Amino acid sequence: MKETDMNESALLNENGHGEAEKAWAADVRRAAIKPTIGRVSVAWKLSVTVLGLVVLAGIGAWIYQLKHGLGSAGYNDQAFWAVYIVDVVTFIGVSYGGAVISAVLRLTGQSWRAPLTRLAEGTALVTVMIGALFIFPHLGRPERFWEIPIYVNTSSPLFWDFMAISTYVLATVIFFYLPLVPDMAIVNKTLGRADRPARFRIYKALSLKWMGNERQRRLLHSVLTLISLIIIPLAVSVHSVLAWAFATTSRPGWMESVFPPYFVIAALYSGTALVIVVASAFRKGYHLERFITKRHFIRLGYIMAALGLVYAYLTIADLLSEGYTGITSGWIRQTIAGRYAIPFWFYVALGEVLPIVLVAVKKTRNIKGMTVASVGVVIALWVKRIVIVLPPVTQPLIGSFWGTYHFTWVSITITIAGVAAIPLGLMLLFRFLPVLSIDEMEEMGELGSVEQVSKETLAAQKQVPAYAYANGNGHVNGNGHVNGNGVGMPEKEVQL
Amino acid sequence: MRKLSKSKKQASDGLDLIPAESCAVPADGQACSIMPAALAEEPADKVEKDLSRRRFLGMFGAVAGATAVLGTGVELLSYRAYAQGLPKTNNWTGSSGMTGSGAADMASTQAPPTHQWAMVIDLSMCNGCGSCTAACQKAHYLTPDQTWMKVFELTDTTGQTYHLPRPCMQCENPPCLHVCPVHATFRQEQGVVLVNQDRCIGCRMCMAACPYEARYFNWNSDVKYPPIPVEATPEFPVPQRLGTVGKCTFCVGNLNHGLLSECAAGCQMGAIYNGDLKTDVAVNSAGTTVKLSKFLDDNNAVTFKPEQNTHPRVWYILGHGQNLNADASTAKS
Repeated sequence: MKETDMNESALLNENGHGEAEKAWAADVRRAAIKPTIGRVSVAWKLSVTVLGLVVLAGIGAWIYQLKHGLGSAGYNDQAFWAVYIVDVVTFIGVSYGGAVISAVLRLTGQSWRAPLTRLAEGTALVTVMIGALFIFPHLGRPERFWEIPIYVNTSSPLFWDFMAISTYVLATVIFFYLPLVPDMAIVNKTLGRADRPARFRIYKALSLKWMGNERQRRLLHSVLTLISLIIIPLAVSVHSVLAWAFATTSRPGWMESVFPPYFVIAALYSGTALVIVVASAFRKGYHLERFITKRHFIRLGYIMAALGLVYAYLTIADLLSEGYTGITSGWIRQTIAGRYAIPFWFYVALGEVLPIVLVAVKKTRNIKGMTVASVGVVIALWVKRIVIVLPPVTQPLIGSFWGTYHFTWVSITITIAGVAAIPLGLMLLFRFLPVLSIDEMEEMGELGSVEQVSKETLAAQKQVPAYAYANGNGHVNGNGHVNGNGVGMPEKEVQL
Repeated sequence: MRKLSKSKKQASDGLDLIPAESCAVPADGQACSIMPAALAEEPADKVEKDLSRRRFLGMFGAVAGATAVLGTGVELLSYRAYAQGLPKTNNWTGSSGMTGSGAADMASTQAPPTHQWAMVIDLSMCNGCGSCTAACQKAHYLTPDQTWMKVFELTDTTGQTYHLPRPCMQCENPPCLHVCPVHATFRQEQGVVLVNQDRCIGCRMCMAACPYEARYFNWNSDVKYPPIPVEATPEFPVPQRLGTVGKCTFCVGNLNHGLLSECAAGCQMGAIYNGDLKTDVAVNSAGTTVKLSKFLDDNNAVTFKPEQNTHPRVWYILGHGQNLNADASTAKS
């Protein structure tokens, strides 16, 4: 990064904002802070109540399962791993998407990420917690969970799962919290001590005496760059270790060398899809239309489609060699044309064909199209993991008798409760913390955050308010500093 | 015979469940029976809960005199004296050794192992009647699904069906043990792989790892057990704990008291031999006693799925045209 840009940025900070930036900042603050300290709407209350009841039903079903045994969830000796391990892999997987999308965009200086980061990191945080909690219904004796760190067996893949997941949960919390520091100070400015003394104190503590001076900014940015750098390999390791819990057994269909990258890409793919779904829902529900725009959806859609193609490639790589030689193809035959054919082809249709078509066709390359595609991907990838887990587990290792897993109301209720816990967790989270990354968005400015300036976008900016033009022409985020194709110059944090 | 890996660990070769004096060999040469079978003879409601363990076992020792399977274990016992005279090498435990609380419990009692238990199954003798499974399930109060000893029906190269009884292979290199995150699965001094159901967290990783499908989970809470006045142990996990994994224990308690395992005793065809690698002897329910190493050599005995590198302690003697490892994996799907 060039010296001049740094100086210009610094100049802006010291001299305060211009008119346009002030108006933009006010809009951002209003949109981000209102859901946290304003009155809640009836719709919000209703949603939280309904989602809360669903989650409670899931907890009730789990208590029933504790009493009656895992058999009540449809498990048996030839289907000993099923829906809960699928839920663990799925929830922790979608969490990866939020974290890595945010980290990669941060590291590559994609300034358009700014309105999405808080949502993406929040989704990562909420889903990783849910995913980790799903280990408990998976266990026959959840009350003995504490034994794992006590009676350590380092040769067990599950011990390393435990290590990787707990480290990743910690990293996700940090990754969510750090960009929140300046926002806490900003919220407190709006809130005032008298309004809500308890909250004020909490925010103040969380803001770590943030004043926004250059030293603090440098520090925050370097720490954020560091954690972004750490969280990517960490997430890769989590999903690889999760994959190795399967791939270190001698079961045909699980003992696959492709499994670790297979799981990592599945996580990224479904995670990107979930970020789109969450962005779409919160855009509507929290009135963020102005900040999260069609362009965000299309860009995330491109990323998703690319990951989808890689995932399709890995799926073929997984199936082809063994299927072709036929050495251990019992599970492959069942997957493609046997008892697991319906879920498998459901995945192909909803998880590969539909999203790629919706992204490829210009007419559907819009917010609605991307949202539909993402919902399809999230569901299809859950189904795909069922297809990854069940055929190898139900296949006979001796003889020819296939096992069967039956879904029961217990396992379905608990899984749906996990799904409901995502919006519930996010709504509660953003009842206390701002839904947008205020500081980042102010720093990027409107053009950085919303519309990357390029020749064609400038031409298309008929609906953008007048002050945006002023910004675009005269200041740091103007067209002089932006690449023509809409990929922004690296912002300040990568100058470090 | 394969060489076994070394370990310095020591623990019991005995089972604390049955006091030796209550289970002496009677003068007529018949072994006293073992608790599981005896317990099964008696209707559950007749068992007094407050019986002392000694009296309980003594009583059934008497009952068993009439009901015990003939000829069980005498030959094994006669070799014990010989075995005890052998130099105490202590090299019988696998590299993984004994771990966990099970080890601690048993280490308190005694002497180096005098036995290394093994099994030989003569497939040419097996008619697939399933009485081994039935005997095992009766003795361990298993549900019909829990076939610790399971008889598979396979087809050989000539198109003939034959039967494969499959106990736990008691691997010397057990995959289930390596993957257990809390050392709930352990391998005791005599080479028997056991599960501590008071430790098991029910993750079922061992079920995923076992190439022989030999592990069975306790899925449901509605299993009824009779009142049993002794505590469940890894050797005799009855009643089993809900939400934990169980498997064939080789009836190691029986073996240590000169008795055949339930499946071997229950096999009318004499197809199942209990053996001891250390004394190099094997016995079946028909009273046939063989020199184990010679018996295996002469009959070209094989282990199941040797490519898994698990080193089972169960050997199979094949009939004509059978290829266990090829036949078992040609699944019709």
